[in-house]
Amino acid sequence: MFYKKTRGQKIFDVTNMCFLIFVTLLGVLPFVHLLAVSLSSNSAAVAGEVFFLPVDFTTASYQFLAENSDFFISLWITVKRVVLGTIINLFLVIITAYPLSRKNKEFRFRTIYVWFFAITMFFGGGLIPTYMVVKETGLLDTIWALILPGALNVFYMVMLLNFFRNIPKDLDEAAIIDGAGHWTLLFKIYLPISLPAIATILLFIVVGHWNSWFDGILYMNSPENYPLQSYLSTLITSINVQAISVEDLSKLQEMGSKTLRTAQIFMGILPVLLVYPFLQKYFIKGITIGSVKE
Amino acid sequence: MKANSSLERKLSFKEQFIKEIPMHIMLIPAVILTLIYSYGPMVGIVMAFQDFQPYLGFSKSSWVGLDNFKYIFNLPDFGQILYNTFLISVWKVILGLIVPLVLALLLNEVRKVLFSRVIQTSVFLPYFLSWAVLGGVIFELFSLNGPINSILGFFHIDPIMFMGSNGWFRSIIIGSDVWKGMGYNMIIFLAAIVGINPSLYEAAEVDGANRWKQTIHITLPGMLPMIILLTTLSIGGILNAGFDQILILYNPTVYQGADVIDTFVYRLGLFDQQYSAAAAIGLFKSVISLGLVGLSYYLAYKFTDYRIF
Repeated sequence: MFYKKTRGQKIFDVTNMCFLIFVTLLGVLPFVHLLAVSLSSNSAAVAGEVFFLPVDFTTASYQFLAENSDFFISLWITVKRVVLGTIINLFLVIITAYPLSRKNKEFRFRTIYVWFFAITMFFGGGLIPTYMVVKETGLLDTIWALILPGALNVFYMVMLLNFFRNIPKDLDEAAIIDGAGHWTLLFKIYLPISLPAIATILLFIVVGHWNSWFDGILYMNSPENYPLQSYLSTLITSINVQAISVEDLSKLQEMGSKTLRTAQIFMGILPVLLVYPFLQKYFIKGITIGSVKE
Repeated sequence: MKANSSLERKLSFKEQFIKEIPMHIMLIPAVILTLIYSYGPMVGIVMAFQDFQPYLGFSKSSWVGLDNFKYIFNLPDFGQILYNTFLISVWKVILGLIVPLVLALLLNEVRKVLFSRVIQTSVFLPYFLSWAVLGGVIFELFSLNGPINSILGFFHIDPIMFMGSNGWFRSIIIGSDVWKGMGYNMIIFLAAIVGINPSLYEAAEVDGANRWKQTIHITLPGMLPMIILLTTLSIGGILNAGFDQILILYNPTVYQGADVIDTFVYRLGLFDQQYSAAAAIGLFKSVISLGLVGLSYYLAYKFTDYRIF
């Protein structure tokens, strides 16, 4: 490895570094720009003078946001959704993956169940029939409409099932001889061993709930029930959807909608930005668990 | 010996079933939810063959056979929508593989760990954000007085209506999707590179191969199974051109160039209330997708021995 670098290699290294720095900036700069716009005066933002540093620095948008309850109501709905949804999704994935990870000999209905779930990965009723079922089961306008239809994620279940399968058989034979039933086996032996896989799936589920916006738009009739991302999506697609009080309106006109909009979008990104650097290595591990096979 | 034989004694069907009861119980909640929310909607597919009227329901709506299918295939926009769907996805698949592959190869040449990690972190970032907020970012960047147009103005190019022109809009859809997903695929490719046996490189070095030759003759062939796997698996999703993304970004002026099957079904079903026609298109798409998924999993199994179960 310690051979001398030729001139060609040095040139390549420098060019490569420059190119990769450019790509890195592509990933980060759009968000820096967004932050800069949200901290600028509206006139500067509308005139397109803002690049990566705020022009006429002001935190007015964020102050307005702090006093305006809509944003926080939808944030609270999202928090509820993430907590409830994650608990239910994760629990279902775990208790479903376990029986399906057993051998056919031990659980003779395994194949039937596997196909029962697998088919739903590839074939669905489509948007309109799904909407009608959600409506018929009375979930419209409740938080359950965002949780129950996707409560079992078959893909994560298959990931965990494959992980369970690689657990040495000696372990559960020993436990069975000690008198453990399937529930004990699952919660006392399988779960503690599978923590890395479960942590990965947990992260994917949390991010999935945090980020989804379309189901909120679809299943919530009244915008007060929108989770954060759905609320943000209405800001993006149409500029003045909400009815705001006259007093707020005058303040808003002073401040302008562009900076306010960017401030809200940035606030929607912020939580992910804050936890992302800490979680990123788990994601990388999770992706490689899920995809790379020898 | 004795204990062993009694353990392995063949159990009767009933005895074995009793032993399996806890496992059936574990599956009950998931089975119920799947029946209602996954199989339930499949019943709704019948309306593709009906003249469905919401106030009559499935049982009383009249049957029309394949009329809905004839209707949608004769819609003037239908060909355009299929073309858009296909064009957008094929470009997404091609660029979505090549860009991360090139990035992974280039990143692999960087020997500084910290630098490499900073790049990975920032390239991976957009993957974690929803299209709802990324849509906001894209609108901001490409708006008439946004930074992209300001930069163009610096070179004396007139501002471009990126979000309102059919040609540009499609490129933005494809480009932003590649941008969002490139970190994810780059990580998968990097993992594949790490899995290549290092002694191959040592041997090549002894034979006098430089980095470029090593890349061509060792790294790329070593990654080939992963490349084939990702390519074949993406064939299955070719009719999913990105519902979330397009729905949030588009507007009536670019329907012509950006409407894909999913967004069209959404508008037809929920806004025009043509339930039967929407369901017919949905079914058409599901059947073709199912065939493509089957094909792609078969190819993936054949070329790379990859199986999901």
